[in-house]
Amino acid sequence: MTVTQDVKDAKAVKADQKPVPEGHVRLTIDDIEVDAPKGEILIRTCERLGIAIPRFCDHPLLEPAGACRQCLVEVELGGRAMPKPQASCTMTVADGMVVRTQHTSAVADKAQQGVMELLLINHPLDCPICDKGGECPLQNQALSNGRTDSRFIDRKRTFPKPLPISTQILLDRERCVLCQRCTRFSDQIAGDPFIELLERGAEQQVGVAQDKPFQSYFSGNTIQICPVGALTSTAYRFRSRPFDLVSTPSVCEHCASGCAQRADTRRGEVQRRLAGNDASVNEEWNCDKGRFAFRYLTSKRRILRPLVRGADGQLVEASWTDALRAAASGLLAAKEGSDAETRRGIGVLAGGRLTVEDAYAYAKFARVAAGTNDVDFRARPLGGTSGGAEELAFLAAHVVGIAPDTGGLSYRDLEAAQTVLCVALDPEEESPIVFLRLRKAARAGRTTVLHLGQWTTPSVAKTQATLIPAAPGSEPAVLAELDPAVLDTLRENAVILVGERAAEVPGLYSRVSTLALTTGARIGWVPRRAGDRGALDAGAVPTLLPGGRPVADADARAEVERAWGLRPGGLPTQPGRDTEQLLAAAAAGELAALVVGGVDPYDLADPEAALHGLRAAGFVVSLELHASAVTELADVVLPVAPDINRSGSYLNWEGRRREFDITLTAPGMLPDCRVLDTLAAEMDLDLGTQSVAMAAAELAALTARRSVGADYCRTSHSRNPLAPEAPRALLATWRRLIDESSLAVDEPHLAGTARAPYVLCNPSTAAKLGLTEGQLTTVATERGALTLPMRLADLPDGVVWLPANSPGSRVRASLGVGHGALVTVTPGGNS
Amino acid sequence: MTTPTAEPVFDELTRQRAKEIIARYPQSRSALLPMLHLVQSVQGYVSQDGIRFCAEQLDLTTAEVSAVVTFYTMYKRRPSGEHLVSVCTNTLCAALGGDAIYQSLRERLGSEGRPLGHEQTVGEPGSSGSITLEHVECLAACDLAPVLQVNYEYFDRQSVESAGELVDALRRGEKPRPTRGAPLTDWRTVERELAGFFDDLPAAVEGPSAAEETLRGTRLAERNGWAAPAMPEHVELPALPEKK
Amino acid sequence: MTEATLTPVLTRSWTSARSWSQDTYERLGGYQALRAVLRGADGPVQPDRLIQLVKDSGLRGRGGAGFPTGLKWSFIPQGTTGAAAKPHYLVLNADEGEPGTCKDIPLMMADPHSLVEGCVITSYAIRANYCAIYVRGEALHCIRRVQHAVNEAYAAGYLGKNILGSGFDLDIVVHAGAGAYICGEETALLDSLEGRRGQPRLKPPFPATAGLYGAPTVVNNVETIASVPAIVRGGSEWFRAMGTAKSPGPKIYSLSGHVELPGQYEAPLGITLRELLVMAGGMKDGIPLKFWTPGGSSTPLFTAEHLDVPLDFEGAAAAGSMLGTTAIMLFNETVSVPWAVMKWTEFYKHESCGKCTPCREGCYWLLEILRRMVAGEGTESDIETMLDVCDNILGRSFCALGDGAVSPIASGIQYFRQEFLDLCKTQAGTGPAARADLVGAQA
Ligand SMILES: Cc1cc2nc3c(=O)[nH]c(=O)nc-3n(C[C@H](O)[C@H](O)[C@H](O)COP(=O)(O)O)c2cc1C
Ligand code: SF4
Ligand code: FES
Repeated sequence: MTVTQDVKDAKAVKADQKPVPEGHVRLTIDDIEVDAPKGEILIRTCERLGIAIPRFCDHPLLEPAGACRQCLVEVELGGRAMPKPQASCTMTVADGMVVRTQHTSAVADKAQQGVMELLLINHPLDCPICDKGGECPLQNQALSNGRTDSRFIDRKRTFPKPLPISTQILLDRERCVLCQRCTRFSDQIAGDPFIELLERGAEQQVGVAQDKPFQSYFSGNTIQICPVGALTSTAYRFRSRPFDLVSTPSVCEHCASGCAQRADTRRGEVQRRLAGNDASVNEEWNCDKGRFAFRYLTSKRRILRPLVRGADGQLVEASWTDALRAAASGLLAAKEGSDAETRRGIGVLAGGRLTVEDAYAYAKFARVAAGTNDVDFRARPLGGTSGGAEELAFLAAHVVGIAPDTGGLSYRDLEAAQTVLCVALDPEEESPIVFLRLRKAARAGRTTVLHLGQWTTPSVAKTQATLIPAAPGSEPAVLAELDPAVLDTLRENAVILVGERAAEVPGLYSRVSTLALTTGARIGWVPRRAGDRGALDAGAVPTLLPGGRPVADADARAEVERAWGLRPGGLPTQPGRDTEQLLAAAAAGELAALVVGGVDPYDLADPEAALHGLRAAGFVVSLELHASAVTELADVVLPVAPDINRSGSYLNWEGRRREFDITLTAPGMLPDCRVLDTLAAEMDLDLGTQSVAMAAAELAALTARRSVGADYCRTSHSRNPLAPEAPRALLATWRRLIDESSLAVDEPHLAGTARAPYVLCNPSTAAKLGLTEGQLTTVATERGALTLPMRLADLPDGVVWLPANSPGSRVRASLGVGHGALVTVTPGGNS
Repeated sequence: MTTPTAEPVFDELTRQRAKEIIARYPQSRSALLPMLHLVQSVQGYVSQDGIRFCAEQLDLTTAEVSAVVTFYTMYKRRPSGEHLVSVCTNTLCAALGGDAIYQSLRERLGSEGRPLGHEQTVGEPGSSGSITLEHVECLAACDLAPVLQVNYEYFDRQSVESAGELVDALRRGEKPRPTRGAPLTDWRTVERELAGFFDDLPAAVEGPSAAEETLRGTRLAERNGWAAPAMPEHVELPALPEKK
Repeated sequence: MTEATLTPVLTRSWTSARSWSQDTYERLGGYQALRAVLRGADGPVQPDRLIQLVKDSGLRGRGGAGFPTGLKWSFIPQGTTGAAAKPHYLVLNADEGEPGTCKDIPLMMADPHSLVEGCVITSYAIRANYCAIYVRGEALHCIRRVQHAVNEAYAAGYLGKNILGSGFDLDIVVHAGAGAYICGEETALLDSLEGRRGQPRLKPPFPATAGLYGAPTVVNNVETIASVPAIVRGGSEWFRAMGTAKSPGPKIYSLSGHVELPGQYEAPLGITLRELLVMAGGMKDGIPLKFWTPGGSSTPLFTAEHLDVPLDFEGAAAAGSMLGTTAIMLFNETVSVPWAVMKWTEFYKHESCGKCTPCREGCYWLLEILRRMVAGEGTESDIETMLDVCDNILGRSFCALGDGAVSPIASGIQYFRQEFLDLCKTQAGTGPAARADLVGAQA
């Protein structure tokens, strides 16, 4: 043993205690010695010790403010008592610090009581009629750390209330304690500084600009973090008391971000939803769609009973038995007529909102009951002849089977990446939590965000991203000719996030794949719907069986055959057709039946063609929540349970499994997997998906195969479209978060916070097309026309942008075309 | 994406000046306070258009600009008079007559028995002889108390009478000489100066500056032959301390 | 003890004709210090030697807190990595708004070039190439004078690129505030200068490491920086020949209120009010002194008992107040203390920025009570409540404005409790009317 070691040991022995771990400091809080990581904020160290210090402005995910002064404690540093009590929410721990909280310091206790009394002098004390009453930090902490009486006998400050600061958020300024959590959240986290502190001193108040409401996709979070009842939602105001609510943890069904959430129910109805707390996914946030869009559950358009089309062509309510029998016989007839040559069999369109278990049931139903690989979950434009196949190849190569726990890309990796390139993805519109994470990373100065797209969207601006502009359709060409400096940044700790819209641009997936393989950048695929990723892994695609097993691979098929108890060779060998091909086949009279699970034809590339296909299909079975265009064309309609009435799981974009349980039991509400299992039984088959648990167990046994990451596609279709001549323009389009989405129905307050639809183009294009800002502009194809006001933005020359599915701008439905199409743009028109 | 512009309200010169202000600072947002002074010089107050104008120029939200506008007392949210009369009613001035001056001006400028209120205007805002009256906190001229300012020019050692005569003259469209500072113009002009645009700075800086009170100590020292110790002929700067 | 005298250093040139012009300034020795710094025999002096000089001189900040100026400068990280690699900034606090304080505005009116020269030397010392002078918006003529001085200095090559051939560049921007006392607080000033609401920032980080635009920044008061050229010319020993060991140098004392000859008196730190009063001709009309502030309304009141307190940082503190800005407001026996305290509380309530609870709500509450008391509706228990609310604000608020707000109340009650009691309605009949002789008692 060396001398120095001895000395060290002697010191350690003298102190008679363990050495302070690396990167830690040792301090004393209320006479308890504790080691804390360097830089930790004192109030958190106290929390870890179980010492609760009252606080209002402090929030672990916001930058410290030190504004409310509620968290004061006494501190001794370097043996000297600090003259004033210190805010424990802004002070970092230090070695040898001695802290006395309200439990051991009369000074701290008095300071806290003093601040509490001051906070309450102007508070209306209207807890009995306040939404927050019963779950209010002010109420709770006033009891635990306040005086029993107030000495204030003078005139209170009053404000008119409530003040609507958006259609969804109401502000009650009298209740506000000015902790600035809402304003700091909006500025720091969401990047939407539309609520601010106004006025000064005792008149200071939270407010919005006169000309701009609090229009943020994340506004609902401010209600949740408001420590008093100052912010409430129009949707929930006065609906319930917290102690009357039953809270159930769940997972958001709206997008592939995978937010943990909590549903609060009362008397069999959801009253409100809150963001759940999951540090590795949504932290403590969610988006307003996830929070507020749940009225679809009680929509008048809900289908609650099975329907069967009678001889007179009318849909009538039927018993489950009758409906299932009718469906089974129709499908059996279709199946009998099928033969490999004409492929005139049954097609299965599964939709993107299924749980993993349901998607698995559809995947298996197609193979086992329909005897076909004609199954596809993709209910969105697939880019025509080659797009759908290109995407499947890409997903097989880079996406299927990977998850954070098996080394797949995660939110944490996004935060740690040096560079993130977004391709065909507007994160804020399409996966809001991905957006928040990118913004967080960019703000921390760690991450540079690049964005291959058409204009500086709010997403681009708020992630401080660099726009790599590309005319719609030219994305692969632009990627192929990236600036060498940009290319270099992709070589080190870089991520390419690609959205499902890549399918609409032939060659784009291939180009992304090539780019990733040449640079070493990791790939993340961010689809839009909650069920998309799970459906892929569950095998609800024409080329892959469950667990990412290629249909074309005999060994893979054999594995599945064994697991399913099929005879060898019992699985169809021919790869199936994708959604667009199936509908085209139906339209051509080449498909005898369709099983449609929650697909809205208006979400597809050519809604008219899709409807035509449905009309032409011999027999249509629809599994649905709501009456839709499919309902009108279906022969049998089978209601399925919404998430709230069932259990299941989703895979979010990372591939992370997000399980949820039943929130409310509703007799007669069956999950798709159960409906399909029973339907199969009627067809004399055993699907084995009677329950969600059975489906899950069976799928789990089919251990996933990892995607291979191979450069599968060497032919890259690249075209570099020329800027078209006026009045023609190239259309760029994608969907917004809050739009005419079918699950956002019946929530007008939410709809009121949507971004207004506009036609966007750049000033020189506007000049060429004869457009003036703010004026109505008509975008047309042979199929139809849309008229909206025009706004200027930094699009490439000759390009116009439209929101794909917003009020007055249902692009596919009206124009029959999408991203990359040629359209005619003229001034004027009637909106 | 841009919002409809405030083009018609703010002319090319104002836009040009906004750009000049922005160019003075390492970061553009620093230009906000001077730009709001500029807006007031054009409009006589900070209107919603003015807020939008600043937001556009500086790439801020209108909420962010409103947050700033409402914080500072010199930004007026209603159209102001040709002149802004600010009476100090902080303790010292008040004790020496400032409160009385303010009260008397309120009554004098009020009408129909109703005294003029804080930040209220007599006359058509902006028209000749219109006055916005306000009481303000300490104007940093306590040795000259009680003081008031017209368009931020000092009128020192006022009385109820002198202040009354002053506002009467302003109402008549006259421009009495301030005790210190440049000749009176109007509030919009000085707001432009606060934004950093001067018509003739060398001329404007002339004029009385130091009041007698300001110089009292120095004159007393001169009279008594008091002075600071003489400076040494030559001083060396200290050497650098040894680096540890 | 020898007779107290005045020592005009900063105020010396004020009586000269057109003292504010560059001609006059240079005629009286102006810009010689800058020449010495940038054009020494061996070229520009090493900036650290200037920092050492100011440290040696013992110069303490004249903005109120008295922080050693040289030490503050030495906190600016120097080097080429980390925070040091960012641009450095000098920001001049010319927001003079503390009630009673009226020294920086006369200085900028009368002698703006001393400030400009001080800015150039200081910027050179801390390696800043950009300096902002944040002038209170209401001080319009100062803004003109300072802007003019800056223009003249540019024209003369004292500002801009390659100043006096030294290779040193400096730009100065004159920035007008917009009416907010809190913007005198140095971090609120920085937020305001960045185009935000002037609310104070968390410290740490201190401006020296993360100030303007998050870069190393020195914030100093006008009088502090205007002292720098004289220190460069006279040296630290010369400077220390005035004042006391811990509070060296001359200081502008502003006398206002019920005094025969109000005005600016530049004397060595440590002078007493008794001595100053002699110079200022005594109390106005001979009416006796009742209470006074040593350095603005944020410094606890003194009474006639405190006439011999040495007015330096240590002396004022030892006597239970603070030196503050040496803004001596004198009130004679005609003034009601509760009324004066109420008026000051109106000020603090109006100027509280609103960020923190104790100051925002506390000032509101205190004003409610004081208004009630002055209206004769107070009770004895209100006095205790006020003292306790003061206790809950003092040292609990985010910045020192809250501390300042309670100073007049706590010290007013300390020295004049009976006057508050006299106003209470419990003393019905003998209440407010009893002291109707006092200014404000009848308000
Ligand atoms: C509420 C408040 C107002 C202040 N106002 C001023 C002011 O107007 N001018 C000033 O120089 N310092 C003011 N200060 C002090 C500054 O925060 C800071 O200490 C000073 O500018 C530093 O300069 P110095 O070291 O040269 O004194 C104020 C402080 C507070 C808390
Ligand atoms: S004490 Fe608090 S409210 Fe008052 S000025 Fe300072 S930060 Fe603002
Ligand atoms: S929680 Fe610490 S100051 Fe607000």
